[in-house]
Amino acid sequence: MGKDKGKGKLPEHLELRRDFVTCGDRLNFNVNTITSANTFNAMGVDNSWDFAAFKDSFQIVINKMDREVMEFDMIGCDPAIANALRRILIAEVPTVAIEHVFMINNTSIIQDEVLSHRLGLVPLLVPPHLLEPKLAEEAPGEKNTVVFKLDVTCRRKPDGSLENDKVLTSQLEWLPGGSELPEETTCRFAAGQAHLFTASAADAAAASTSAAFAAAAAPPSPLGSTSGPYPRPRAVHGDILLAKLRPGQTLQLEAHATKGTGKEHAKWSPVATAWYRLQPVVALLKEVRADSEEGKVLLETCPGLFSADEATGLLRAGNARGHEMVLERLRRLLEQERFSSCVAYRKRKDHFIFTIESSGVLHPAELLAQALDILADKANNLRDKL
Amino acid sequence: MSGYGTMPATVTMGVPYICGQCGSEISLKPGDIIQCRECGYRILYKKRTNKVVQFEAR
Repeated sequence: MGKDKGKGKLPEHLELRRDFVTCGDRLNFNVNTITSANTFNAMGVDNSWDFAAFKDSFQIVINKMDREVMEFDMIGCDPAIANALRRILIAEVPTVAIEHVFMINNTSIIQDEVLSHRLGLVPLLVPPHLLEPKLAEEAPGEKNTVVFKLDVTCRRKPDGSLENDKVLTSQLEWLPGGSELPEETTCRFAAGQAHLFTASAADAAAASTSAAFAAAAAPPSPLGSTSGPYPRPRAVHGDILLAKLRPGQTLQLEAHATKGTGKEHAKWSPVATAWYRLQPVVALLKEVRADSEEGKVLLETCPGLFSADEATGLLRAGNARGHEMVLERLRRLLEQERFSSCVAYRKRKDHFIFTIESSGVLHPAELLAQALDILADKANNLRDKL
Repeated sequence: MSGYGTMPATVTMGVPYICGQCGSEISLKPGDIIQCRECGYRILYKKRTNKVVQFEAR
């Protein structure tokens, strides 16, 4: 690495520009990252990227994790990496979703096309690695397709109440033997899929209760794991409304699910979404007395963020994390010069607060692991081509 | 298929329609009045094809 590594130190104002985004009342400053190795050559500081230093400083801290949401801090990496991870999570981690709908009968008010679209968006509890992605020219079969059936008719019961007036995703019925209309759908199973999904109903119930995930340290349960036994394919959420029926109306269809990725259609995206924000930092630029006019306003508008030091009577800025609403109020105060001269609202450029909200098909920790694998594959692929 | 001279099956059997008012099923033959036998409503709907229709879930 650079010969001056660690020798020179940047002046404080440049270090601030390198490490922090400064938030003004209207716009943010110093938002770009300084990645060129020779930016600070004149000051004798080597800015080149150093793998050893990265290994030393890089950290992932998991703040919370349950069956659906995971929040972690990723500290010490480039925004390009964080954004690559985000984009891979949204668009390249595969799941299984309904792709073809074969309507046998639909006398309901909802149009065939609209119902098909709704069915496509339903998250399905099928471990994606059990299926192969179906290529356009490939025939559908047990290797690449999971078949569901929906056959619902609304009736008025003797007591006057309606039966099946709401069609829910729990009424989607898995067909382990494949399509019941092989002529029309051209989907033929040789042996069926029953042997793939052998977990008992009790196992499946245990997997879907949040109690199983209470211990965040425990490995992802059957929902997210890549080892069996797997519960029978079903919709992740059984209470999604697909259509409403009136007495005499009928829905009969077969839905064929295939494996795909979010870049082809959002229905295959495994995350409700995945996003990151930068770590906020609030700093006092000069001593502010808690009983001064500015001090009083800051204490009042930003409760919890600022506190008064009892011994010295000076204002102290606390940890800005967890005070998001207060930070927006602080940003408004920065419009006035008397506040912007004593308080700075900054964001660390290399500290990402990453949130993954799973659609429920895979555990968020498993999603992260898969996304990192995909990222590594891409890096290897690039290296091999160089 | 039937050739000239024989009547198509729908003429003898009648074509089923659905009443726009009460939803009951009515079978009509050529020359029948277009009217529901249950409620007298005059708007009848043809039934959906019994063929399977394929849609892309997108």
